[in-house]
Amino acid sequence: MSISAPRGLASSGQKPITEILHPLSAAEEPLSPGPDVTVSGGRDKEVGLTNGTPVETPSPASASVLFNRLQLDDDLDSDGRDPYADTETHDLFVTVDDPKKHVSTMETYITYRVSTKTTRIEFDLPEYSVRRRYQDFDWLRTKLEDSQPTHLIPPLPEKFVMKGVVDRFSEEFVETRMKALDKFLKRVADHPVLSFNPHLNAFLSAKDLNKRQGLALLSKVGESVKNVAGGYKLRVRPPEFCAMGEYLDTFNQKLGTIDRIAQRILKEQSEYLTELREYGTVYASWAGSEEELQRPLEGVAGCVTTCCGALEDMSENMGQDFLPVLREYILYIESMKNVLRKRDQSQAEYEGRLEAAVLRKQEDRTPIPAEVEKCQDKMECFNADLKADWERWQSNKRQDFKQLLTGMADKNVTHYEKCQAAWESLITLLQDKQTEDKTSCKSLWEIRQ
Amino acid sequence: MADDGREESLGTDDDSDQTGADGSLNNTMVEEGSTLMRRMEICVAEAEKRSGKNAVSMQETFTVYLIETRPMDAVAEGHNPAPDCLWRRYSEFELLRNYLIVTYPYIVVPPLPEKRAEFVWHKLSADNMDPDFVERRRVGLENFLLRVASHPVLCNDKILCYFLTEEHGWKEAVYETGFQAKADSRLRALSATFRVRNPDKCFMEMKHYSDELQSHTSQLLRARARVADRLYGVFKVHGNYGRVFSEWSAIEKEMGDGLQSAGHHMDAYAASIDDILEEEEHYADQLKEYLFYAEALRAVCRKHELTQFELEMASQDLISKKQQREELATGIVRTFSFKGMTNKLFGQEAPEQREARLKLLEDLIAEGEETVKEKTIERAEHVEKAWVDIQRFKEQKDKDLREALINYAVMQISMCKKGIQVWSNAKECFLKM
Repeated sequence: MSISAPRGLASSGQKPITEILHPLSAAEEPLSPGPDVTVSGGRDKEVGLTNGTPVETPSPASASVLFNRLQLDDDLDSDGRDPYADTETHDLFVTVDDPKKHVSTMETYITYRVSTKTTRIEFDLPEYSVRRRYQDFDWLRTKLEDSQPTHLIPPLPEKFVMKGVVDRFSEEFVETRMKALDKFLKRVADHPVLSFNPHLNAFLSAKDLNKRQGLALLSKVGESVKNVAGGYKLRVRPPEFCAMGEYLDTFNQKLGTIDRIAQRILKEQSEYLTELREYGTVYASWAGSEEELQRPLEGVAGCVTTCCGALEDMSENMGQDFLPVLREYILYIESMKNVLRKRDQSQAEYEGRLEAAVLRKQEDRTPIPAEVEKCQDKMECFNADLKADWERWQSNKRQDFKQLLTGMADKNVTHYEKCQAAWESLITLLQDKQTEDKTSCKSLWEIRQ
Repeated sequence: MADDGREESLGTDDDSDQTGADGSLNNTMVEEGSTLMRRMEICVAEAEKRSGKNAVSMQETFTVYLIETRPMDAVAEGHNPAPDCLWRRYSEFELLRNYLIVTYPYIVVPPLPEKRAEFVWHKLSADNMDPDFVERRRVGLENFLLRVASHPVLCNDKILCYFLTEEHGWKEAVYETGFQAKADSRLRALSATFRVRNPDKCFMEMKHYSDELQSHTSQLLRARARVADRLYGVFKVHGNYGRVFSEWSAIEKEMGDGLQSAGHHMDAYAASIDDILEEEEHYADQLKEYLFYAEALRAVCRKHELTQFELEMASQDLISKKQQREELATGIVRTFSFKGMTNKLFGQEAPEQREARLKLLEDLIAEGEETVKEKTIERAEHVEKAWVDIQRFKEQKDKDLREALINYAVMQISMCKKGIQVWSNAKECFLKM
């Protein structure tokens, strides 16, 4: 199965190598922004390749991965305000691409190539290339959630699709899913803490992850089990976390609305497209019964057809690039709310234990047990991690949505440009014939002059 | 060019109404360009609501249109005299047109704008009193007058002139022409269509073409209305982005301003469709004009069928009478006839009776030959004149429709430019997020 170069968000895939610096090159030069993000500030696109050897076919692990990674950096740099520019990891690069269908007696499924390039000593080799399926990503995420409960784990694309409604093996579906998986992995690899998680290491490097097949089933169950940490009830959520919670709720709502609007637009556009096609054919059939007007009418029919094509392209793009990202963020918000709840649990546990210990101390002068202090540490760690992750998330969110909405605007502009060009060339055609006209008869327009 | 100085259909050579702008009414030679239009500036300037009692004494509201005319020479010389004007309602225009159709059956008579709004997409009003409809109708009525006044044949018609200059008494004048009596009955026309044997091939092709033109323009109008409906929906839904971006901006810090402004652009985008579609109605009106023109073209072709049919009937009648005479004269019965039968059954009639019958037949045959001559001339004249006008119509149609298509393309380009503008503005806002 071949996949065309993914468009839209710079989350995966092949990018032209001419704009990229090799990750391991010594010279760090300012890089040009990607085609999907325009940055004001007069940077031009031509950047020399300092590595020397030009490579014809971009290899994912080096060129495009680096490009994508540094693109993110670039966006942050261009703001000049992002505090995380220095703490971003620059030594672990991952890409997900090359989907392939596997057919076995038991099942059919898709695997993706996961390529890694790294200088970290935690990895034995500088490069890896393994094949993973969705299940494996799911396993990784679960493991990360379990082992790093205080951190925000990026979301995966939706796991279950209705068989018969969505074709799990269609090119569009696979490509959309692949982009989301790529994004997920990149976000994890970017994270200063999560990227050092041993499970990630195993995921990226192990030849096969067979050992944990059975564990996949426990993923959703395990989560809920973990949440019941002694049944402590939280009394007061500190204001900064309240604010987070409120923000997430409202943001979630707005995203849901935007998703609905976008879907509605797609639907309306699809119905418009149907009528537009019919409209074009009427011109064509009229042309058949005319002599002088045949070419003009066919010209109009052609323009209408071109506009149909342009609209189709745009709708397809929106479906493939815009909606999935929205949905991804909605999933992200869900998992973040979970983390907030876990933080609440940890605070509740600490406060509960503290209260009990204080009471006991008042009764019989038993000193506060070390456990309570551990709880306090745990809670404070959680709070700190969460705050740090929150800031990162906000920053990433801003970039992602800027890119998403700018992309949407671009698509619309391109659509109209295509249509305009078609109609303009038609006018030239129509007006040319006009000047040849030497008949004495006057048109209505001429009469009115 | 045809000699249109004499109004044959009016039957009289009435010179009594030559005044001012009407001076060249009875010109025997009408050259190219020397139409009413050259002598007069005509426009339908305004529309007004009136109330009055109608034919059954019920109160009704209707719209009247102001027709202004001004002699061209005065304008050319730099004077700016106040125009003559009068008010007419739609039904009077209809009367004028019906008169022209009957009086000039060889002319493709320009059509009136539609009586009722049709092919409307859902947001457009189908109400005859709606100001936009009235405005478009005003333009359509003006187009009708301009076309008629610039037509080489129609422009010289007296009734047309009165229509433009005599507010009162015009109706009486029209009825006095007796045109209603001359109208071909529907039944006759239909019968001719079915029973005619040798209609001119070119006219039949034209008739077929008129059907095609009618079918295509009406299909196009319907499809366009549906497209307009859908496009309206697409634009309006974008307005929702405006609202949600505004709400979202409230919970954002750095992103807030960009989102808010982008939202305004989305609102502007959604609002822009109203003007776009209103303008497109003019294109629809141009198509409608030719939809109705197709009907006028078909009417001319049908008239041909009628004249041809009447000629055929007259010829046939003559032949059969001649045959009868022959049989009577020679006694040989070639075809079945009642007289032949009765002769066989009851014996031949007396010679006096035969003589009487022969004489009658001779008279009838003479009459019949006159009729055939008349019908032949009628048919030939109609063919000749109609063909000239049909060619003129074809050229006009090609020009007009080509221009209409150009205008349509221009409208589309304008819409695209607006779209690019709005989305580029929105993009600027997004970049500031």
